Amino acid sequence: MRLSGWGNFPVHTAEVSAPDGEAALVSALQKGPLIARGNGRAYGDSAVNRLNTVQMRRFDRMLSFDADSGLLVAEAGVLLGDVIEAFLPLGWFPAVTPGTKFVTLGGMVAADVHGKNHHKVGSFRSCVSWLDLMGADGQVRRCAPDRHAELFDWTLGGMGLTGIVLRVAIRLTPVETAWIRQETRIAANLDAAMDLFEASHDATYSVAWIDCLSGGAQRGRSIVMLGEHATLADLDRKQARAPLSVPRKRPKSVPLTPPAGLLNGLTVRAFNALYYRNGQRNAGTRLVDWDSYFYPLDAILGWNRIYGRKGFMQFQCALPLERSREGLTALLKAISAAGAGSFLAVLKRFGPQDGRFSFPVPGYTLALDFPVTARTRRLMERLDGITIAHGGRFYLAKDSRMSAETLRLSDPRAEAFAQARKDFAARESFASLQSERLAI
Amino acid sequence: MSKGVVLVLGARSDIARAVALRFAAKGHPIQLAARQSESLSKDKTDIELRHKVPVTVHEFDALDVASHAAFVDALPELPRIAVSAIGFMGAQAENETDVELAIRVMRSNYEGPASIFSHLATRFAGRGSGTLVGISSVAGERGRATNYIYGSAKAGFTAFLSGLRNRLAEDDVHVLTVLPGFVATRMTEDMDLPERLTAKPEEVADAIVKAVAAKRNVIHVRRIWWLIMLIIRNIPERIFKRMKI
Ligand SMILES: Cc1cc2nc3c(=O)[nH]c(=O)nc-3n(C[C@H](O)[C@H](O)[C@H](O)COP(=O)(O)OP(=O)(O)OC[C@H]3O[C@@H](n4cnc5c(N)ncnc54)[C@H](O)[C@@H]3O)c2cc1C
Ligand SMILES: NC(=O)c1ccc[n+]([C@@H]2O[C@H](COP(=O)([O-])OP(=O)(O)OC[C@H]3O[C@@H](n4cnc5c(N)ncnc54)[C@H](OP(=O)(O)O)[C@@H]3O)[C@@H](O)[C@H]2O)c1
Repeated sequence: MRLSGWGNFPVHTAEVSAPDGEAALVSALQKGPLIARGNGRAYGDSAVNRLNTVQMRRFDRMLSFDADSGLLVAEAGVLLGDVIEAFLPLGWFPAVTPGTKFVTLGGMVAADVHGKNHHKVGSFRSCVSWLDLMGADGQVRRCAPDRHAELFDWTLGGMGLTGIVLRVAIRLTPVETAWIRQETRIAANLDAAMDLFEASHDATYSVAWIDCLSGGAQRGRSIVMLGEHATLADLDRKQARAPLSVPRKRPKSVPLTPPAGLLNGLTVRAFNALYYRNGQRNAGTRLVDWDSYFYPLDAILGWNRIYGRKGFMQFQCALPLERSREGLTALLKAISAAGAGSFLAVLKRFGPQDGRFSFPVPGYTLALDFPVTARTRRLMERLDGITIAHGGRFYLAKDSRMSAETLRLSDPRAEAFAQARKDFAARESFASLQSERLAI
Repeated sequence: MSKGVVLVLGARSDIARAVALRFAAKGHPIQLAARQSESLSKDKTDIELRHKVPVTVHEFDALDVASHAAFVDALPELPRIAVSAIGFMGAQAENETDVELAIRVMRSNYEGPASIFSHLATRFAGRGSGTLVGISSVAGERGRATNYIYGSAKAGFTAFLSGLRNRLAEDDVHVLTVLPGFVATRMTEDMDLPERLTAKPEEVADAIVKAVAAKRNVIHVRRIWWLIMLIIRNIPERIFKRMKI
């Protein structure tokens, strides 16, 4: 079947199977190199193998939950959204969540995802107690920070290239309500936005929407959103009656694929201006339900289609703290000069990060989308160069186009990762189009 | 008001699991029945964790018709709603040469489900309420060279459900016939199905939950199949017999 990541680029014809048990996975392994696939929310080709893509959707049982510690054991194909649906009503929320709930636990492990609280708690690995991994030999190993530690380390962030994650044990975090107390602040430019982040280390959640198109004194103007889990005392009477549930909204969906070119410099510029003004109006503190706060884009099913048939790419880099200001300024200059902005560019402060191959670095991360055109591809190569020149690296879960050389220039760990794969005999058994492109 | 218990027969099927999850999400207690029912303990835990409804597990073999009365009696509670997802397709080529296998296909899709529904029907009628949901197939609408062993058994089951509905209408027992077209499940894993015509198991489950509430009689899943089958049924036999579909 025709298969791609969330960006609808690149699209390949791939053989896909959906095994229904460990024995079936072992047979899939015997057919040749494979890649596990979760819910296809990585943007590029991380979860595509032309001959042997293994869909994990049949591994989707929740296995146990300890209501005292909040430890959930579940199969890797369970969706994060289902975890929330099952446990938020009991007062538990994922300790780390990406910007969409339509990801599987296996995908979260493989990308070692980060959330708006990375500066406080780190990436997903910080809440993973252990995971069961099927290796090249078909054996299942329980990996934890103190057990098969090396395999654990390389698997978190290893993009499915060390084996197949079967089960995961994660710690959920207790919450009193399903609401977030959001504080919106306006930053007139990049310096102001960074100062706000630096002054907000105590905030549980922080993230900024950044306008990549405006220049001059307004370069990098941002809407910074801080968040705390609301307590019972924060709710009004109506909300307090059922503090752990929020009224359901019907998801909207993008019905058709619009013609390419709808998203051009002009529409994006207009959107950005509107969004910024709207942010100014909403500045201050208000209560937002968990779904709108963490997953605003999930409310529009299939929003990836607004970019048209050619699809889109995401650029996401992380810059070390000491080079961030300079690096971000250079990136923003290049983007606004090209006039190829994106609707939602996101800026976020990262904190300390453990692990061998996880993406975050203490510093700043910038993420934005581009429609696929020859021009935006050239721009992204320029952005690659700027990132490398400032000691930054790239997020493999978003990558669909980087070269093996770019990866190596940006991330000295790539070679060690490739070597570790050899040591685990994983290189002959696990491969994606991305791992082939990046020679890892 | 507490919701009625839903019995799911053939609970290890992809469609059945989706049906159980959908009813559980609405608060219905669930009875899962299948052969090799040990393997259902994971599903029991999963459904209980997700939806906080009680789930019980029961051994059930559709072909062991002699055991069906005792199976129903042994249920902890007579269900309000019973869904049969039992089915067995085999491979047509083998079904043609291996007559014993063909008979197994016939019995699995018609005799077994009809037997258990007969037992349930009598008890539902005695109680004066209940819903029987039979998953049959569009394959039963017209026999085709590529699939007629399976299709003929489904045709029998469809006719059985229609007659049962007629019989039980006075007893306030509702019978729903579900006619899926293609569904992406274990049964069709190795087939190359056209995407537009192929439903996900969850779609079938949603359609069933809705149709039960609306007391529908016959539904197609992906509505387009109603039209496709209307056309297929109306092709004159002299043309149809030369067609390869
Ligand atoms: C709208 C949107 C917002 C996002 N926001 C964030 C964010 O804020 N932070 C962040 O970190 N990421 C974010 N992401 C990226 C997303 O979290 C990751 O790409 C995640 O890996 C997707 O999970 P998935 O289940 O869809 O996996 P897929 O996309 O199917 O696969 C992704 C990778 O996981 C591997 N994988 C999947 N399942 C298994 C398994 N069982 N065993 C081994 N390997 C497996 C695949 O091989 C592949 O390498 C966002 C994505 C979208 C679309
Ligand atoms: N998939 C499609 O395209 C499609 C289309 C139209 C209709 N249908 C119908 O939909 C229903 C569900 O099928 P599915 O697609 O989900 O495929 P499936 O996974 O193969 O489901 C069929 C189920 O029937 C069970 N079964 C077969 N013989 C049995 C017996 N003697 N006793 C007890 N259980 C028995 C099987 O149990 P085991 O797990 O023990 O094998 C299996 O779980 C079937 O009635 C099928 O005919 C499917």
